[in-house]
Amino acid sequence: MEQRFANSWRMTVNEKKFIETALLSDLRTDGRGPFDYRNLTIQFGSEDGSSEVQLGQTRVMGFVTSQLVQPYRDRPNEGTLAIFTEFSPMADPSFEVGRPGESAVELGRIVDRGLRESKAIDTESLCVIAGKWVWSVRIDLHILDNGGNLIDAANIAALAALLTFRRPECTLGGEDGQEVIMHPPEVREPLPLIVHHLPIAVTFAFIGNQSIVIIDPSHLEEAVMGGKLTATLNTNGDVCAIQKAGGEGVLQSVVMQCLRIASVKAADITGKIKKAVELYKTSRDLKKIKRHPDSVNISNKLKDMEKPKLKLEKTSGSQSDDMEVESHSSKKDEHKCKAVIGGTSSWDPYSKVADADELKESLASQDVETPDQKMDVTPHEKQQLNVIDESLRDADPSPSLSVAAEAGEVKNKAESLSDAVKPKHKRKKKNLSNSDGS
Amino acid sequence: MGLKCLAQHYLKSTGPSFILTKKNKPLRRRTASLSKMEFVNPEGLRLDGRRPMEMRQLRAEIGVVSKADGSAVFEMGNTKVIAAVYGPREVQNRSQQSNDEALVRCEYSMANFSTGDRMRKPKGDRRSTEISMVIRQTMEACILTHLMPRSQIDIFVQVLQADGGTRSACINAATLALADAGIPMTDIVTSCSAGFLNGTPLLDLNYVEDSAGGPDVTVGILPKLDKVTLLQMDSKLQMETFETVMQLATEGCKAVASYIREVLLENTKQLESRRGV
Repeated sequence: MEQRFANSWRMTVNEKKFIETALLSDLRTDGRGPFDYRNLTIQFGSEDGSSEVQLGQTRVMGFVTSQLVQPYRDRPNEGTLAIFTEFSPMADPSFEVGRPGESAVELGRIVDRGLRESKAIDTESLCVIAGKWVWSVRIDLHILDNGGNLIDAANIAALAALLTFRRPECTLGGEDGQEVIMHPPEVREPLPLIVHHLPIAVTFAFIGNQSIVIIDPSHLEEAVMGGKLTATLNTNGDVCAIQKAGGEGVLQSVVMQCLRIASVKAADITGKIKKAVELYKTSRDLKKIKRHPDSVNISNKLKDMEKPKLKLEKTSGSQSDDMEVESHSSKKDEHKCKAVIGGTSSWDPYSKVADADELKESLASQDVETPDQKMDVTPHEKQQLNVIDESLRDADPSPSLSVAAEAGEVKNKAESLSDAVKPKHKRKKKNLSNSDGS
Repeated sequence: MGLKCLAQHYLKSTGPSFILTKKNKPLRRRTASLSKMEFVNPEGLRLDGRRPMEMRQLRAEIGVVSKADGSAVFEMGNTKVIAAVYGPREVQNRSQQSNDEALVRCEYSMANFSTGDRMRKPKGDRRSTEISMVIRQTMEACILTHLMPRSQIDIFVQVLQADGGTRSACINAATLALADAGIPMTDIVTSCSAGFLNGTPLLDLNYVEDSAGGPDVTVGILPKLDKVTLLQMDSKLQMETFETVMQLATEGCKAVASYIREVLLENTKQLESRRGV
């Protein structure tokens, strides 16, 4: 029981009458037909698993994150899926700060029911060790702007975010084979979730007692409507969830008609989501080379050697840096790619570069420093080392390079290498502590 | 203990309590997976001995809370719900007052002892917030709120014993309590659930059937107008199948409606005789 009317904006009688009478002759305030959706745009953030959906004026952001947790006792081999909604007071005057209100709870429950009860996400594939560690996937839905029909927009945002989300790969190791080794995204490609089907929520509003049915109500129409029905369907013609929480009564035949319309709309929206996700995925694949920022950085630095020294100070590789390299030396990049994919190359990196031993040492010391973190140097990492050295050789500066510069560079190299290794440890540590804590 | 044993044990037991499970989320935790269990045996009987289209026994009692303006207990088999209605009365929070209609409020809660494992926090979770909202909106639709401006009606429902179909039972109890309080309504609202397990549509699911993970359709109708006001569904179901299941649930609602009318009539007769007319 909460303050439903405290802050909400009330419509004047004139406005109400206007909307109702216009609807009687199939006219809607924004010029749509009764069964037209508003414009749908799906955008993705720079990270995996974030999406922003705009449906007319409604804007919803979806964000998916994951964490290793202990499973429920009665479902030891299944990961968990949880949905959290955030109705920002910015989005609508009636949204209040603090505990989620009724509408927030309803929205979360509808999206949750559509996704979970219809088993759209394969939760068993989220299991790492049965009864011990499973992935817990969390979907955060933030309402940024309320232009009506939040449920559909939020549902689409959740789906789009889930489709692009990838969790880090982890394997079992250690003495007893029970240690979870998390592989950072640079080492192993993260894994996407297994999504069986896409349950799409389609909302209908019933206005007046003349049984006017419209799809995708705007916030004006929501203020007028007597009841609404949200049907969640997938493209196989399955009904995944239905919610009609009281309100105006409708005939059974109308409900079935709504379902049929909804299934057409669901196919439509599914197509749009898939297209957007496909576009995002291809652009992500194109950027894939950036997953090896360490090697790119060093070569970048070496290449810039003759340029003013200030540039040498660059340590962390920003996106633009990588891009530069990509465009400048595509040939080199190709070469590097080969090395990454093709495993240890026959070429011996240590014989040619003078400071290779030092590099090795620095790496080794890194490992020695953190023996208790159970970080095993996987073949991938060795490979990476190769790549780094190779890039060093590739970018081997001209003989005119002064000794002093080289010495400085060696130092730099060592630094940047340790920089490259450290984050992994950090991440692992963080993850481990995270999972321990929970 | 195997699931079949569990089921047989369930058959023998009289109370619903032992099978209800775990932690804070009593009703949504699935105890059995759909494929492992037989919910309709070859003889066509369900776990508790009913036929697929048979409802559990209904029992209703009016006037169980003396202080309330209207109250009722409604039982569907082992599910037992109590409802109390206060109002129409003055609006407690002036800012919520509406000048053209009554304010309807509803609070749903489950008693600590209603499930097998004691519930730690009987209200305030997402599920009960949603059910409160659903019941409120369902009742709002049939109450003639425009006849009682600047007033409020409070509906309190509490689940005393949970054995599946609690929200249906709550709506039925709330209807009876509203009628007992003499609040003007367009029609009574009745509700019933239906499911689809082992390829058979089943009427009025109990807890074991409900927690099997199969579809669960809860329908609330206005029987005289023959209109659907409440419709909730979980899990996956083909559209054609859904239609038959919804049809079945609607039939169940109509049966509940005729029972509720009987009870109300009986109650009125008693009042009449007490007055000595």
